[in-house]
Amino acid sequence: MDVSLIQSFINLIAVLLLALGIKGLSKVRSAKEANRLAAFAMFLSIIGLLTYYLGKPGEGITQQSWLWIIIGTFVGSLFGAILAKRVPMTSMPETVALFNGCGGMSSLLVAIGVIFFQRNETFIQDISILISIFVGSITFSGSIIAMAKLQGWLSTPSWTQSKIRHLINISIAIISLVAFLNLIQSVNTSTIWLLVISSTILGIGVTLPIGGADMPVVISLLNSYSGIAAAAAGFVVGSQLLIVAGAMVGAAGLILTQVMCKGMNRSLVSVLFGGTLSSQSKKLDSGGEYTNITSCSVEECALTLEAANKVIIVPGYGLAVAQAQHTLREVAKILEQNDIDVSYAIHPVAGRMPGHMNVLLAEADVPYEQLKEMDNINPDFPATDVVLVLGANDVVNPQAKSDQNSPLYGMPVLDVQEARTVFVIKRGMSAGYSGIKNDLFDLPNTSMVFGDAKQVLSELMTELKELGVGAK
Amino acid sequence: MDFAQAFWVLLLGSLLGLELIGKVPPTLHTPLMSGANAVSGITMLAALTLIITAKNNLPLLIIGSISLGFALFNVVGGFVVTDRMLAMFNRKPSKKLK
Repeated sequence: MDVSLIQSFINLIAVLLLALGIKGLSKVRSAKEANRLAAFAMFLSIIGLLTYYLGKPGEGITQQSWLWIIIGTFVGSLFGAILAKRVPMTSMPETVALFNGCGGMSSLLVAIGVIFFQRNETFIQDISILISIFVGSITFSGSIIAMAKLQGWLSTPSWTQSKIRHLINISIAIISLVAFLNLIQSVNTSTIWLLVISSTILGIGVTLPIGGADMPVVISLLNSYSGIAAAAAGFVVGSQLLIVAGAMVGAAGLILTQVMCKGMNRSLVSVLFGGTLSSQSKKLDSGGEYTNITSCSVEECALTLEAANKVIIVPGYGLAVAQAQHTLREVAKILEQNDIDVSYAIHPVAGRMPGHMNVLLAEADVPYEQLKEMDNINPDFPATDVVLVLGANDVVNPQAKSDQNSPLYGMPVLDVQEARTVFVIKRGMSAGYSGIKNDLFDLPNTSMVFGDAKQVLSELMTELKELGVGAK
Repeated sequence: MDFAQAFWVLLLGSLLGLELIGKVPPTLHTPLMSGANAVSGITMLAALTLIITAKNNLPLLIIGSISLGFALFNVVGGFVVTDRMLAMFNRKPSKKLK
């Protein structure tokens, strides 16, 4: 039997499994198996490729090739596995960004290798190589910047918030475009490097101004780009499987980006070109002063909690930063032992990434059924005695429903103000990432408990124990 | 490979990708992104092809090998990290045993 036929058959199965894998990943029940299915499909595709080259007469794989294949495989897989195993759950977003950047780098290197050594000088191949270089470079540099920003290694430089950055980015984009068009006419080494460097800088210039809270959307978009880069690399080496898988990831990534934007009530354009939200909203909303702030001690908070029947916890970014999920779980356990009904209200974009809170709380062994999504828990607030807001801000701002002029207007929020008492645990009066005043803090039934989430929670635990709560 | 055919593949692949993800619960956004990201490491096949067809061209072998390393870092790391995230969601049975 013809080996290329066997390979086509294996590839067909691989594509089918990959599609089923991505589809399965979008449902809770099947997600874990789907992920393994996709991994298996990837393995199968390698087998298909090796079968083809080993079995095809006159092709074969030289010993030297094997050596380099083994070196690359060993080093890449080893580092990937070690990093993936060791990284703490709180830094998932930056890890995904790093992996994504490396995918982009891989497409970039393939394109560079082919253009210097294996060019067959067809128009289509040249264009695919150039696209692969352009998109690959942007994906790589953009992802690395996203990672560095999420890790806190890079802050947002102030010049990137001014209009100048558009000018700079547009000029760099024009340089890349000129290099690209030049290369289509005639390929020469220095122009290739100009394209590599200018698109790398473009990736940096576009990602650098984007605020931390918008980063998930950007990572998702860059993920889509790496799919496009893979599809382009597929055109370069003439592999249908690569084209199909790359196009699939590219398109799926685009949809996911759109879904995420919707959850945050942001448009993709405003994420990419608007800079951080705070720089816009400061102009819109400068006179937001708090007039009626009630601050209270941890002890008062503990006393109120003791008397409650139903408590809802609203976790947010501050909880993730303080890594307080385990302490939170301990507090919740104490309350549950006292027959207090505890549940968690998860806003779609709470934390640093959609779904981030679920992962964090699951890590702290919070039972899955206690995590309630926004639409399911909003009707419960009026019947709730105490709401604990832990480092969340904009997602509990009633302005989003009441004030039509607010930049937040229209964003879905948790109706925590409906509850009898609201405690907001927060480090200070600083605004959330939107930079907008939170009307919730001014309400008479809201009390502020100032402090680091983890510290307040452990103090709360001590107080509760002293009150004899949970000591059944 | 004939290019008209390749464009068909591109078109159908994109349409498939658009259809695959309809409604995703927010819980799964991060794992889905991470899983899809691992799949984009499929460029490992391009890197492999590069190494195999390089014959005795040393610079090309090295570029291919580095590219393969980056791609597999993406693939292996991506799948393992997604698996870890998803494992968080059904940890209940093991907890009851304690």
